[in-house]
Amino acid sequence: MQLILESLFNGVAIGSVLLIAALGLAIVFGLMGVINLAHGELMMLGAYSTYVTQLIFKLPALKPFYNAYVIVAIAVAFVVSGIVGILLERSIIRRLYGDPLETLLATWGVSLILQQFVRSVPLAYGTGLVVALLIGMLLPIGLPKKLYEKFSGRIIRLACWAISALLGVLTSNSLSTAISKLGRASARNVDVTAPSWMRGGFDLWNITFPITRLVIIVITLIAVLGVTWFLKKSVWGIRIRAVTQNRSMSDCLGISTETVDVLTFGIGSGLAGVAGVAVSLLGSVGPNVGGSYIVGCFMVVVLGGVGNLLGTIIASFAIGIMTDLIGAGRLLTIWPDMPTPLASAVDFFATTSMARVMVFALIVIFLQFRPAGLFPQKGRMVEV
Amino acid sequence: MNLLETKGLNTYYGESHILRDIDLSVHHGEMVCLIGRNGVGKTTFLKALIGLLEARSGEILLEGKSLQREAPHLRARAGIGYVPQGREIIPYLTVEENLLLGLEALPGGLTQHKRIDSFIYELFPILQKFLPRKGGDLSGGQQQQLAIARTLLGQPKLLLLDEPTEGIQPNIVQDIEAAVKRIIAEKGIGVLLVEQHLHFVRQANRYYAMQRGGIVATGKTTDLSQSVIDQFLSV
Repeated sequence: MQLILESLFNGVAIGSVLLIAALGLAIVFGLMGVINLAHGELMMLGAYSTYVTQLIFKLPALKPFYNAYVIVAIAVAFVVSGIVGILLERSIIRRLYGDPLETLLATWGVSLILQQFVRSVPLAYGTGLVVALLIGMLLPIGLPKKLYEKFSGRIIRLACWAISALLGVLTSNSLSTAISKLGRASARNVDVTAPSWMRGGFDLWNITFPITRLVIIVITLIAVLGVTWFLKKSVWGIRIRAVTQNRSMSDCLGISTETVDVLTFGIGSGLAGVAGVAVSLLGSVGPNVGGSYIVGCFMVVVLGGVGNLLGTIIASFAIGIMTDLIGAGRLLTIWPDMPTPLASAVDFFATTSMARVMVFALIVIFLQFRPAGLFPQKGRMVEV
Repeated sequence: MNLLETKGLNTYYGESHILRDIDLSVHHGEMVCLIGRNGVGKTTFLKALIGLLEARSGEILLEGKSLQREAPHLRARAGIGYVPQGREIIPYLTVEENLLLGLEALPGGLTQHKRIDSFIYELFPILQKFLPRKGGDLSGGQQQQLAIARTLLGQPKLLLLDEPTEGIQPNIVQDIEAAVKRIIAEKGIGVLLVEQHLHFVRQANRYYAMQRGGIVATGKTTDLSQSVIDQFLSV
C-alpha cells in the first residue's frame, strides 16, 4: 500500500512538471499547429522572472511579504513570457503560418537569441525592457477616449512609447542600483530559494511528501482547470476553438482571426512562464534550462494526440509514473524474485537519465503502432 | 440605393484570370440567382464578395459602402452573411456553440450578445433538439440548416448561399427553400443564391447567367426559357 502510494505520488509529481511544461505547448502546437522551438526559452524566461521577483521581495520594503513571492512570481512569469510570446507571434510567426519547416527554423533561431540575451544582458535591463513593452502595449488601450479626439493616433502612440521607454529605463536603473546582482550580466546559473514554508516535507502514513512537489502539483492543477474553463466556457475560448478548427469560416462569421492568434499564442507562452516558476523551484536556473524540457514537452503532446488537451494530461501522468517505476527500480521491489538477467536489466535502467532513455524508447515504439497518439481525432468529423 | 452592387470585378488565382468584369446588383428584399455550369466562377464570385479572395480590380458596394479592401470578418460585421458550399460547420463545437458564433457578426459580438433568437428554431425545429451534439456529427442536411441558421443569427443584410441544396434529401430541400423565402419576406434582406436545383432557381426574382467568368445573360426568372435552362443549368 505504502509502496503504491509513494510510487503514485512520485509519478504524479514528475508528471505534473511535465504537464505544466507541456500545457502551453498543447495550446500553441496542439491547437494552433505552430512548432515553437522557443517554448523552452519562454519557460526559461519564466524561471528568471521568478528569480528577479524573489530578489525584489528581499528588498527591505517588501521583506515582510517574502513568503508570498512565489504567488506573485506566477503572475509575473505569466505576463513576462506572454508578452515575449506575443511579440514573437506578431513579428515572426505570423508571417510563417502554414509553413512548419520555416517556423521550426525561425523559432529555433529565436531560442538561441533568447539564451544569449540572458547571458549577455544584465537582468535589470531585461526587466526594464519587459516593463517598457508592457506599458507600451497597455497604455494606448487604457487611455480615455477624449484624448483620441484631440490628438492624432500617431502622436498618441509615439507619446505612449516614449513614456514607456522612459519608465523602462528608470526601472532598470533603480533595479541595478538597488540589487547589484541584477546589474551585471552573468552566464552562470542562479538559484531560486524556496520560502521557508515550502521547505521540508509533510508526513502522512510514514511517507514524506516534499512540499515543493505538492506546490507544483497544486500549480499544475490550477493551471489545467483554468485552461479548461477558459477554452470550454469563455467567449474567447469558443473563438479560439472555432479559429483553430476552421480559420477561414471563422473569419467569414465575423471573428477577427488575428486577434485570436495573438491571444492564443500569448496564453500558451504565458503558461510556459508559469511552468518556468515550477522549474525554478526544482533546481538551479540557467540559460539552457528550457532545452532540457522542450523534448519532453513535444513528446507529451504527440503521445497524447495533437490537439487533445485530455490526451496531454493523461500522457504526462503516464510518462511520470513510468519514469518513476523504471527510474527508482520499483519493479524489483514489487517483484523481488525476478530472474537474474531481467533483474540486472531493470537495475541498469534504474537511474533518472537511463529511465528517460527507456521511456522515450517505449514512446517511440508506441507511436510506431499508433502514430496519432493515445487519443487520435476520429470519426466523421475528420473529413468535415 | 442598391443593397449590393459590384462594378467591374476582376479576380485571379495566381495568374489565371477567373472573374471578368462582373457587374451585378441585388436589391433589398430580393432573391437573385446566379446560374451557370460547373467551374464558371460562381463560387469564386461569392468568395470575392465575402473577402476570401481579393479582387484585383473593381468595386464591391454594400449600401453604397465600399468593402473590397476589408478583411472577411469586417465584411461579415458590415452585413454580408456567407453560407459556403460544403457548409463549413465547426466540427468539434456543439450545435449551440456553432449557433453562438453566428452572433459574432453583430456589433460587440459574443461579448455582448449571448442569446440565440428562437426565430431560428421556428425555421429549423431540428436544431433545438440537437443543441448539445457536436456539429460534425450532424447529417449533411442538418448541417446545411445549421449553417444557414448560424449566418442568420448575425442579422445579415445580404445572404450569400452557395449551393444550399447540393447532396441533400428532397424534404430538407423544401424546408430550406421555405425558410429562405420566409426570411426575405419577414426581414426584407437580399439573397444571392448559387444553385443548380431548378425548382429553387425558379423561386428567385432575377437571375444572372455566368460563362467563363463573366455574366452573359440576365433577366427575370419568370422569363427563364427552356433554352437558357439547357444552356446554363447542368441538370
